[in-house]
Amino acid sequence: MSTSPATISASGSTTDRVGSLADVHEAAERVLPDLPTDPVMEALDLNVYYGDFHAVHNVNLAFGRNEITALIGPSGCGKSTVLRCLNRMNDLVAGARVEGEVSYHGQNIYARGVDPIAVRTQVGMVFQKPNPFPKSIYDNVAYGPRVTGMKVENMDDLVEEALRGAALWDEVKDKLKQSAYGLSGGQQQRLCIARTIATKPDVILMDEPCSALDPIATSRVEDLMISLREDYTIIVVTHNMQQAARVSDRTAFFTARPDETTGNRTGLLVEYNLTSNIFSNPNDKRTEDYISGRFG
Amino acid sequence: MSDAHTGAGSSLGTGLPGVPPDLSGRSRPGERAIQAVLFTSALVSVAITVGIVVALVRPVVDFFADVPFGDFFALEGDLAVVPLVAATFVVTAIAMLVAVPLGLGAAMYLSEYASPRVRKVLKPTVELLAGVPSVVYGFFALAFVTPTLLQKILNLEVGFTNALAAGLVLGVMIIPTIASLAEDAMAAVPQAMRQGSLAMGANRMQTTLRVVFPAALSGIAAAVVLGLSRAVGETMIVALAAGARKNLSIDPREGMQTMTGFIAQTAGGENPVGSTSYNMLFAVGLLLFVITLIINIISISIVRRFRQVY
Amino acid sequence: MSSVAARTARDLTRITTGRSRDRTPGSLIFLGGLWFSLFFGVMVLIVLIVTTAIDGAPRFDGALFTAYDSTLAPERTGFRAGILGSIWLMFTTAVLAVPLGIAAALYLEEFADNGRWYNRFIEVNLQNLAAVPSVVYGLLAVAVMALMGFERKGIVLGGAIALAMLILPVIIITTREAVRAVPTEIRHGSLALGATVLQTTWRQTLPSAVPGIATGTILGLSRAIGEAAPLLLIGLAGAVRFDPAGIFSPVTALPIQIYSMTSQSQEAYQQAASAAIIVLLVMILSLNALAIFIRNKFQRSW
Ligand SMILES: Nc1ncnc2c1ncn2[C@@H]1O[C@H](COP(=O)(O)OP(=O)(O)OP(=O)(O)O)[C@@H](O)[C@H]1O
Ligand SMILES: [Mg+2]
Repeated sequence: MSTSPATISASGSTTDRVGSLADVHEAAERVLPDLPTDPVMEALDLNVYYGDFHAVHNVNLAFGRNEITALIGPSGCGKSTVLRCLNRMNDLVAGARVEGEVSYHGQNIYARGVDPIAVRTQVGMVFQKPNPFPKSIYDNVAYGPRVTGMKVENMDDLVEEALRGAALWDEVKDKLKQSAYGLSGGQQQRLCIARTIATKPDVILMDEPCSALDPIATSRVEDLMISLREDYTIIVVTHNMQQAARVSDRTAFFTARPDETTGNRTGLLVEYNLTSNIFSNPNDKRTEDYISGRFG
Repeated sequence: MSDAHTGAGSSLGTGLPGVPPDLSGRSRPGERAIQAVLFTSALVSVAITVGIVVALVRPVVDFFADVPFGDFFALEGDLAVVPLVAATFVVTAIAMLVAVPLGLGAAMYLSEYASPRVRKVLKPTVELLAGVPSVVYGFFALAFVTPTLLQKILNLEVGFTNALAAGLVLGVMIIPTIASLAEDAMAAVPQAMRQGSLAMGANRMQTTLRVVFPAALSGIAAAVVLGLSRAVGETMIVALAAGARKNLSIDPREGMQTMTGFIAQTAGGENPVGSTSYNMLFAVGLLLFVITLIINIISISIVRRFRQVY
Repeated sequence: MSSVAARTARDLTRITTGRSRDRTPGSLIFLGGLWFSLFFGVMVLIVLIVTTAIDGAPRFDGALFTAYDSTLAPERTGFRAGILGSIWLMFTTAVLAVPLGIAAALYLEEFADNGRWYNRFIEVNLQNLAAVPSVVYGLLAVAVMALMGFERKGIVLGGAIALAMLILPVIIITTREAVRAVPTEIRHGSLALGATVLQTTWRQTLPSAVPGIATGTILGLSRAIGEAAPLLLIGLAGAVRFDPAGIFSPVTALPIQIYSMTSQSQEAYQQAASAAIIVLLVMILSLNALAIFIRNKFQRSW
């Protein structure tokens, strides 16, 4: 593995489809090392079981500071499962069991004595379906700081800052007291992002944040992700190859392999690399097949 | 590039905040206290069951200290319980004869024939029948069913109080219990099963009787068993309309005192605490509790099995 | 050409709905039977209300509501004590049962780990309690009151304890349904922001479930207000000629008064009982209507 920094740019393509994806890669000017030298989070030999079912096998991943990492792969390969391990949301799934480590700034978040609630205030999450609370827009954003007991000098300022950060302020500044359910799907999703950044997390996890949105709303959320990268580390699960290519710095490709004896499909990490490499020059045949659309 | 990232090894790189974030568990004594309160509240339901058993068993022990077993489980006598049990059986049987066909018929209509909008109106209407207080049903049995329906219209020779009127009205009261639960069970039958049957040329009646009904059978059985438990334990109708005199008979035209009727009528009278007749109240209560408990356990275990089907 | 297509389409609908075969005599008789089953109960209800209303008509006067039970002038007997008593009993029952029921339901839905045997035991126990005969709760209440030093004197507290135990399973079951209807996404959204389970329950789940809980509670109370059997056991009697003045005050209830008058043969008492039944039914139907109103007005469809 080369240690020299790679310049991300559209480069030669293995196939036409891959080439066209590589072309849309917008994270262009960034020069990044092959591997995150400064990982905020790392998954180390991560295995996840749901009851007897081995859902994810031996995942090792490092997530770089102020980078966007995309997790891609066919349905059921365990992307959401891995993502949920990163802020211990899997604790809420009955029967889920996690082996291995998830290290956050060098601390294993699965170690004894670690408070999952403290983890979640550092590692926020945005879900596939926009899930605003049945409260006002203002209360949605203020909710996190209130429940976590954050010391806030002026809640109004914090709400405004979060909504600006989520590029939603101009659209909602006159109706902060109205119900969040009056917003469009795209606005609701940005509200959920605003709600997450209001608690000032370090890492933001996003599980297919645009899959319920139309193309215009999608592109606004994508722009938002790129601007949030300045301040946050983002890990995003997506089924949209263009999206991964457009917004992410690094991409991890997962797939599911049927177990010979049980026939259960266990997810595993196939390839993890700079996004430009994944889309222009994948190392693994399975990656290439998947991103060129030849997969299932 | 290798399969996975190889730079494992947690190192705090440059540019990190001076202190890594504190993830250690906070103790939240308030939360734990409230959780304990919630758990205790849930335990109250268990305490009620234990309380029932204790409250019933103590006077019953006193009762059997004075009264030989044989006097209680006797066919006749002041302390005999068999006539009460038999009367409960007669009244319950009449009630079930009314409630099972009508309840299941209503359930089939609601589930298989009614449009969703019609069902939305009709189901609460049927359930309203369960909202009528039993003392009202008892009055109705006494003031209308016996004199007008049975004596005048049907010309039956029935007493002022009789098992027939009580059983019929009790049956009406149980209809919604059976209809509502059976409808739930039939509505849970997958649509594909109906379509399969209709596509093979069966009509709706055949589909309802030969496909939906068998598929929902365990749920329907649970509904019937629960209705049975309600009928056995129902008090005011029988206290008013079934009779206040022990009568070991299976003739529904006669008045007869049931277990619950005995309890209500004895409680209304003057019985000093600790007297044998007062303690007998608890002995009959315990027997009633045990009988309904057995019926309920049967119903619960049928529901359990039923849940696993779909 | 088009007629062929139309015919094919018609055949297809016939095949898929089976409608043409629903007109056979057997089918029609069956359907008639189902109709009869459905409307039999409704017919009984109508007959019940109409005959009772006619019997009670002479007594729809002010005295019905303002007078106490009277043995001297049965034609002027009233249900003041019973109506007030039922209201007292209902509120005391609500105070005892509602917080307890909601707390138990929240524990079972939001905190309990179903893998634990004791939680499963609580679950089965609850299903059984929901079907325990109401007289048995009356017997238990007698024992509880005796422990507190009250013999069967028919006071508000005793009646309310019996009724509260009786409707506790109803409140727990309906609260759980209301809580379960709140989408998991809302809970996860809250937890992902660093809220604790308790905060999530208190600030998200519970407020969203309030309309459902209110509906279930009102239905439970409407059942309690019509109950007579457990009250008989706790010693409530019909002849109470004063207003209840507190939870330790002896009390009567409308269903108890109806019961005791029904057992008397004078025509005047029968009339009074009929009129009182209409009053009781109006109270219960109003509570039901209120519950339906709350459900339709405030229930969120997610
Ligand atoms: N709560 C759960 N209980 C049991 N099995 C689960 C649970 N959640 C996920 N699984 C299983 O784990 C595997 C991985 O699921 P996961 O949701 O992580 O996949 P995914 O890659 O996110 O798929 P998708 O792209 O469809 O969202 C699947 O086989 C799934 O069926
Ligand atoms: Mg997923």
